[in-house]
Amino acid sequence: MNEMNDPLKGYKGHAREILVKFDVKVWSDVRATNDAGSVFEGVILPRSESFDDLHVVMKLKNGYNVGLHVDRLVDVIEVGYKEAKYKIPEKEFPSRPTLPKVTLLGTGGTIASRLDYRTGAVIPAFTPGELYGAVPELADICNLTTKKIFGVFSENMAMENYLVLARAIGEEIAAGADGIVIGHGTDTMGHTAAILSFMVQNSPVPIVLVGSQRSSDRPSSDAALNLIHSVRTAAYSDIAEVVICMFGPTSDRYGLLHRGTRCRKMHSSYRSTFRTIGDIPLAMVSPTSFTILNDDYRRRDRTRVPVIDPVYDDRTTILYYYPGMNPDLVDALVEKGYHGIVIAGTGLGHVNKPLYPAIKRATEAGVHIVMAVQTIWGFAQMYVYDTGRDLMDLGIVPLDNMIPETALMKLSWVLGHTRERAEVMRMMTTPIAHEITPREPHNGYLVMQGGLPETEEWVRGHWK
Amino acid sequence: MFPTLDYAEVGFVCGLEVHQQLLTPTKLFCRCPAGLYTETHDGTVLRHMRPTLSELGEYDGTALMEFKTKKNIVYLLNVKNVCTYEMDDTPPFLVNQQAIDVAIEQCLMLGCDIVDEVHIARKQYLDGSIPTGFQRTAVVGVNGKIPFRGRTLSVTQVTVEEDSCREVRDRGHCIVWRADRLGMPLIETVTGADLRTPDEVEEAILLIGRVCRSTGHVRTGLGASRQDVNVSVRGGRRVEIKGVPKAGWAPRLVHGEAWRQVNLLKLRDELHRRGFTNADSLRVESQDVTQLFAATEIPYLRPEAWERWIEDEKMRPGFEIGKGPYRVRAARLPGLAGTLSWPTQPEHVFAHELAGRVRVIAGLDQVPNLLHSEAWPDARGTRSELKRLRGRLRCGPDDAIVVVWGPEEDTVTACEEIRLRYVDATQGVPNETRQPFVDGSTDFERILPGPDRMYPDTDSPPTRVTRERVALLKSSLSERPWDRERRYAAVGVPVSTAHYLIRRGGAVLVDRLAKETGAAVRDVAFLFGERLKGLRRASVPVDAIPEERWAELLRAFVATPVLKQAWEQIVLAIAATPARAVGDLLAERALGVEPPAWRAGIPAAFAAATEKAYRKEDARLVRRLAFASLMPGLLGRVPASEVEAAVTRAANGVAEVRA
Repeated sequence: MNEMNDPLKGYKGHAREILVKFDVKVWSDVRATNDAGSVFEGVILPRSESFDDLHVVMKLKNGYNVGLHVDRLVDVIEVGYKEAKYKIPEKEFPSRPTLPKVTLLGTGGTIASRLDYRTGAVIPAFTPGELYGAVPELADICNLTTKKIFGVFSENMAMENYLVLARAIGEEIAAGADGIVIGHGTDTMGHTAAILSFMVQNSPVPIVLVGSQRSSDRPSSDAALNLIHSVRTAAYSDIAEVVICMFGPTSDRYGLLHRGTRCRKMHSSYRSTFRTIGDIPLAMVSPTSFTILNDDYRRRDRTRVPVIDPVYDDRTTILYYYPGMNPDLVDALVEKGYHGIVIAGTGLGHVNKPLYPAIKRATEAGVHIVMAVQTIWGFAQMYVYDTGRDLMDLGIVPLDNMIPETALMKLSWVLGHTRERAEVMRMMTTPIAHEITPREPHNGYLVMQGGLPETEEWVRGHWK
Repeated sequence: MFPTLDYAEVGFVCGLEVHQQLLTPTKLFCRCPAGLYTETHDGTVLRHMRPTLSELGEYDGTALMEFKTKKNIVYLLNVKNVCTYEMDDTPPFLVNQQAIDVAIEQCLMLGCDIVDEVHIARKQYLDGSIPTGFQRTAVVGVNGKIPFRGRTLSVTQVTVEEDSCREVRDRGHCIVWRADRLGMPLIETVTGADLRTPDEVEEAILLIGRVCRSTGHVRTGLGASRQDVNVSVRGGRRVEIKGVPKAGWAPRLVHGEAWRQVNLLKLRDELHRRGFTNADSLRVESQDVTQLFAATEIPYLRPEAWERWIEDEKMRPGFEIGKGPYRVRAARLPGLAGTLSWPTQPEHVFAHELAGRVRVIAGLDQVPNLLHSEAWPDARGTRSELKRLRGRLRCGPDDAIVVVWGPEEDTVTACEEIRLRYVDATQGVPNETRQPFVDGSTDFERILPGPDRMYPDTDSPPTRVTRERVALLKSSLSERPWDRERRYAAVGVPVSTAHYLIRRGGAVLVDRLAKETGAAVRDVAFLFGERLKGLRRASVPVDAIPEERWAELLRAFVATPVLKQAWEQIVLAIAATPARAVGDLLAERALGVEPPAWRAGIPAAFAAATEKAYRKEDARLVRRLAFASLMPGLLGRVPASEVEAAVTRAANGVAEVRA
């Protein structure tokens, strides 16, 4: 049976039999009586496939849901039928010729959405009209165009998606957009921002990735403010680079614009999860202002012609080194035909000696191996210790302070151009979008240690 | 002072939502300690709430209202009792199963049917009391009933839910919450609308309180139980009086609310009589009249007074203070003369209803926050100002005026809100949540939300409750309060004592100690339910005495009943050194041991008593004095009755000698 049209959606086995027996289905408005004489009035909801086959879920008239054991049901009478209609109210997005043109490209993350109150399902709001209904402030900022590129969860984004996205950005710029916003799930937003920094170079306008850490169906969501910040950035900011725009603090205060190649998701759930690594963010953005923090960025210039360079090689991987790592892992990658490996090494960029022969075999087989640091912050400085020098002799090239995820994205992109060793390593070590910076400012590493008197004093005096 | 009301005639109906915190070591959805309150903070978070679209593409009424208020919501955090879950920066952990067990136990006490699968729902609250914007809540039991005044009080449902933040301050556009209480497990018991008089409401609150406390698994003390009281009269609508702190407040509050609804229905009829039946028939126009009041005789309307008030009250721009320059705005209410002074609650008029909305929704909370033509300040020159204002607004004799002042944007919101409140008045009683005050009055808190604000919590899987689990909890269930009261009454414990013991959680201890020591339930109940009260009032630390000592004391009473008469002396000694065994304390004081030749002292006692008595011929007086001088040394050693008998015998003997 077609799952979408299944009138008993999610119900299986015993529960399904009982519902059939009582001749009711999902969305039936029923009056159910159990063996204790309790009467439940409400609508039968679809059930999650992963739940057991012993209960039927009802949404009661007062809005609560309960699960009733089907063996305790004495009587179920259908009194009506109330199917949920997944429709978002649309209001026409007002067009104002004087305002900048911004294109929002959707990849599947939901930055704005409507909630189905019965199932809890989140229905993405995406067209300008839908977005206007959810975040009316947008109409005061720009003229908005939206394009749904694809609908995948962030964790399912893959190389072929990046190609499509890069080309779409090129098309929108060519079509005259004053700025691009990309709605994206937050899990792999850093990866996408990094590879877009290589695939779309020399952009004349801002390219802003945005998402939310609290889904937009909840009143306390960061989504609306992130969307406002990102659309403002795309429309008005002078920063013509690929940036991530997400909350600065967890409080509703301002967003930060992070350079696409230097940004990392640092907490699984905090709103203020994104942090610039080894440098400071480019700017703060609020609904009314921009505050530039780092003046070293490419200025907006509509006359500039972007270079769209969408290539990749997905036979690349990252190896997160750990003590006692077995060399056959490296051999297996060679055997499976991998072309490039980023090692996230310990400390300044190290792995243990037993790995050396395997690394030698790999480089000899033409696999390109580069080194980033699993400390996230700091440089791979392999000339400091013997270990590092030995590894370089084996053909591993250190990538300075390129963060591991960016290194992987760049290696994939570089190997899409060439597999000639000297050229690969030249491209890898030549920065394109600040993925390697010559110097690390002392405020580029600030993980404040909680509990210290001075930290606590600072925290007490500032919004978290 | 309070007008009377025939409750049956007006169709008074009332139901309760009683909240009771559960006694678990940790919170409901995270591992923070529950019940650890702090008055300081080490972190602050600023948030705003944005309503989410409901199923019909409309905003829920409450949600929209809360959004209009544009509140800055501040949370005060302390690392001791709050983690990133309470901050809404970490999704919920799996629901605390111990809390579910306690909730099931409470449901069984209330005679409920336990649901088979507990589904966590989100109930939207946009006032900021919960940082997520919703409360996680789940139905555990339904269809309960408890005996009440010879009939049954129905329990519609019992939910387990997370407690909200504690409000610290609510000024203008900024509300401050302390997050320590947030996330503590509580149950909400919802009764049917079965209560018919204010007295019944108080009684029902106390009854449910006793049911909850009978298990010993709930928290007691300030704020551990709170109730919302839902009231309506025939033709009116459900109004929720939120957070009634004491059962004793309820009768006045619900009476006042019933009276308010009756009056609002009369106002509706009056409005209809004047042709105001809906929003379209009402024309409320407002305009800026700041210039008119530039040199006003009404002191608090002057701009400099406003500036001073802002400074004195420490109202910060961008936080408490709304947007725009200071403005005075006047709304003309055509054809509505006389309605502003329409009585509502006892000693309140309809203008108070407007003031409540203006305070909450426009964020104007100066006192007063509005002026109107039916209670205009009567000072030198103020009357002529009103006259000028009437002229400016082109008011006829049938028109009324309301004046508001403050930041421009708020004054506009306020005038719109005044119009909306009149629109509601054309329909009778609006669904509202109202906050209670000690004088029995209530004030607007927010629009009462509907079922649209409920939706499933996609972060939490359902919890299956098997019949085996229910049976296990049932097997060790505490005695229900009415059963206990009946048992106590049968052995002579007064109802008031029984209620006190159940309410204070002492009944469980009484029964345990009686069983363990062989003491009579009546004696133990009397000790804990009556005698200790006085000592507690006198600040004797009786609550710090360990159960072991009580058991020793009661065993001693059983073995040596004469000790009972020295109970106070002994309890004081135990309280002073709670670590020492009761037997040692008794031995030290030779309590329970009859002095060998105490009778020999009787003649001397008589001689002294005769000396002291001012009417020496009064034999009864002399006898009493002799007894009183002997007894202190014999308390707990010789039964008073025996002493009294010996004294009487001695007195008769003396009389015989004289004769």
